[in-house]
Amino acid sequence: MSNSNIIDRRKNTKGKSINNRQKFLKRVEGQIRKAIPDILSQESIKDASQGGKVKVPIKGVKEPSFHHDPRSGRKQYVRPGNDKFSEGDRVPKPEDGGQGPGQGKGSNSPGTTEDDFVVILSREEFIKYFFDDLELPNLVKKYMQSTVSFRNQRAGYTKNSIPSRLNIKTSYRQSLARQISIQGAYDAKIKKLEQQVAQAKDATEKERLTEELEKYRKMRLTIPFFDDVDLRYNHYERVPEPTTAAVMFCIMDVSASMGYHEKDIAKRFFTLLYIFLTRQYQKVEIVFIRHHTEAKEVDEEEFFNSRESGGTIVAPSLKLMTKIARERYSENRWNIYCCQASDGDVWSNGDAIECSQLLKQEVLPTVQYMAYIEIKNRGLEGYLWHAYKRLRSQENFAMRNINDVSQIWPVFRALFKKKDLVEDKAA
Amino acid sequence: MDKEKYRAMFSNSNWDFATLQAADEITDWVGKEYFKLDTYPNQIEIVTSEQMLDAYALVGLPTTYPHWKFGKDFVMNQNSYQKGRMGLSYEMVINSNPCVSYNMENNTTCMMVLVIAHACQGHNAFFKNNYLFKEWTSAESILDYMVFARDFVVRCEDEFGWEEVEGVLDACHALMDFGVDKYKKPSKLSSAKEEARLRRLAKVKAENYNDLLRTLPEGLKKQIEVTQKKAKFPKEPEENILYFIEKNAPKLPVWKRELIRIVRKVAQYYYPQGMTKVMNEGFATFMHYHIINKLFDEGYLDDGFMLEFLKSHSGVIYQPQYNSPHFSGLNPYTLGFNIFMDIKRICQEPTDEDRNWFPNLIGKDWLEEVHVAMENFRDDSFIAQYLSPKVMRDMRLFSVLDDEDEEHYEITSIHNERGYRKIREALSKQHDRSSRVPNIQVENVDTHKTSKLTLIHKIQNDRLLEEDEAEETIRHLRYLWEFPVELHSRNRAGIDEDFYEC
Repeated sequence: MSNSNIIDRRKNTKGKSINNRQKFLKRVEGQIRKAIPDILSQESIKDASQGGKVKVPIKGVKEPSFHHDPRSGRKQYVRPGNDKFSEGDRVPKPEDGGQGPGQGKGSNSPGTTEDDFVVILSREEFIKYFFDDLELPNLVKKYMQSTVSFRNQRAGYTKNSIPSRLNIKTSYRQSLARQISIQGAYDAKIKKLEQQVAQAKDATEKERLTEELEKYRKMRLTIPFFDDVDLRYNHYERVPEPTTAAVMFCIMDVSASMGYHEKDIAKRFFTLLYIFLTRQYQKVEIVFIRHHTEAKEVDEEEFFNSRESGGTIVAPSLKLMTKIARERYSENRWNIYCCQASDGDVWSNGDAIECSQLLKQEVLPTVQYMAYIEIKNRGLEGYLWHAYKRLRSQENFAMRNINDVSQIWPVFRALFKKKDLVEDKAA
Repeated sequence: MDKEKYRAMFSNSNWDFATLQAADEITDWVGKEYFKLDTYPNQIEIVTSEQMLDAYALVGLPTTYPHWKFGKDFVMNQNSYQKGRMGLSYEMVINSNPCVSYNMENNTTCMMVLVIAHACQGHNAFFKNNYLFKEWTSAESILDYMVFARDFVVRCEDEFGWEEVEGVLDACHALMDFGVDKYKKPSKLSSAKEEARLRRLAKVKAENYNDLLRTLPEGLKKQIEVTQKKAKFPKEPEENILYFIEKNAPKLPVWKRELIRIVRKVAQYYYPQGMTKVMNEGFATFMHYHIINKLFDEGYLDDGFMLEFLKSHSGVIYQPQYNSPHFSGLNPYTLGFNIFMDIKRICQEPTDEDRNWFPNLIGKDWLEEVHVAMENFRDDSFIAQYLSPKVMRDMRLFSVLDDEDEEHYEITSIHNERGYRKIREALSKQHDRSSRVPNIQVENVDTHKTSKLTLIHKIQNDRLLEEDEAEETIRHLRYLWEFPVELHSRNRAGIDEDFYEC
């Protein structure tokens, strides 16, 4: 009999290395951050949001020590499997300076060379690095408000509460039960007394019993209809309610002037915003509005892929947005974000001016933030750009110009960069 | 339980805990009864692949202090594993008492039995009986020590900030190979002994007092003082650099010294493992081979089991040839296993050649000789002592000289009469620590002015240091020492070939 111990560790928590992995990621943080724009421009953003591979150069994760320079000096190796050599044979060295004929990598785990060091980030980690030093304006304020909101939820009955919460039906049921049970007790007593009266022979005794019988009969008729013990009140519990919901309006111009390239950029920008919002809010809804000469609410598929196309009038899309927001997303329950992408072309200057007025009077007062990105080469300002320029001073409005995929990230950062929140100053 | 039941149990490829228990008991019995194995109690842990990856990153220890290096190892292993470039080993065993071994949950019954025989008998006995392990590691306390180390590092992180702690640990890791004692330092004398020594010294001085010395001219006296002042520190060169810093760094706060000590202890704990790779794996393989064969002979295992066992066993000792794309050095399992098998052969059926080469082994009890070899050697001495011409022939070993100054490799010896001893010597040297770890020692500290630390790298076989790494390492060294540091790469003639300072 051995004194061994056999232990099943499989149920134990795994991830003993999680902390050390975090320490490692921290160490290569700089490189990960640098790699993020690459991921953005190389991969489809949907995949990127699932996490991704980040190549980390071996600099920074190297663990130096005093080692022999593998090229220097005289070294003697013993190798197995001699098939053709005799003593004194000479074998030319390979060009790349390997170490001896047939010298493998010399490690037990081929392939784990540090040159192709790749870190695979989970979705959470990716997003964390992605948005670490970003924050939507006004976010803090809304966030604080939302965490203190509570909702009352029914949670059974209680015996003590305020009259307005009295639950008549349940209370009456209690009362009924009490009445029946007390009646039963009286009935039994009365029955017994009646028998005694009938059997009583002594007159005084009979009189006393009759008197008592009468007393009980009276009492039986006067059982109180409601007693304090019957009362039941509705009970409520306060449960914190997340009102951290956001709706994101994506407005895109799909007129003929928006080509594949422009749509691609717009799509990536929207997706970025979407990931960002999903991180901040528990619930995020997206409304897609596309427009050419008329505005239409569509689903995502159609939004990005539809071929339908025509001229460009922008104002109806903004009108549609305010309409939808009014009908479906009340301001006090929803954080409204709006993002408009366009190449800046409009049918007429009048349309552009109407847009800027709509923005000023209807849109901006209700939204948390609105971003307008114009996808076009700088220098050629579109009508819209021109019209929107006047609104630039509004603190919840930002506009930028993007003409290449690789610019999305810097622009996004700049748009949503942490800034001193006006609310903070006020407070 | 009768043999019938064991056979049925072990031929079912799905194991349960009763099977493991039976496997452990029966291998333990065979190990003790037939092969005189002396082992620590076993603690066999069944783990998942994720847990095995964790174990890899922590080099098998159940816990260790937090550091990014372990995270990096984990990420690297995880990547290779997930891409299918690397398989996980079937087991992992650590030198502790009780001897903890991790077995993969997806091993078949056959693999489980093999692994239990290999790790829980072979490695376990090796840990307990090999002289290096006995001398340099304390299997009793390593697990507790690592818990202490972890808590200490975490406390330091809280108190002094993780950046500072990480800086110290990084620096220590860079010098980890130079944080090992190879010889026992004389233990400190007790105060009573020290006093006795001083008294003796005073007596000797009094007895030898010569009044004439007082009359020496002034000049000479000064000279004596000057030479005394110049007395070197340290008196003897110190090769354990981390130890030297821990004890002598002028300004180091106590907690940093303790961190150095922790890394030093861990390095010392792993020191025997690096020195006995061939022997350790060879002995464990030799043992599982014998235990399982014994079990088969006794009728505890059936033919199907043996087929699977032989397949795995030959996989373990597979040695790709030098020109194979799978070649990655000599397989320590193969080399060790072959040598141990050959010791047995020489004892039992010696040839004339063996009589000539190993007169001491002839006619001896093979099991005793195997135990002697396992207990008293390390890789380089083991090879130098026991590598036989037959093994060299079987493995077709040859030695190659790679000289920086030559345009060709030279085949210096092959497996023939003239080559045997040379190959043996070369292979022994190849497994000597000094071929891997440069010989660097603390030479001097300028105790008067600058506290500058001087290190000497003694160049052997014209092998220089890798420059970039040496520069970075010396920066780590300076970070710990906190005063200037210089390193001379000196050849045999005493001339500096390289010089680093920071």
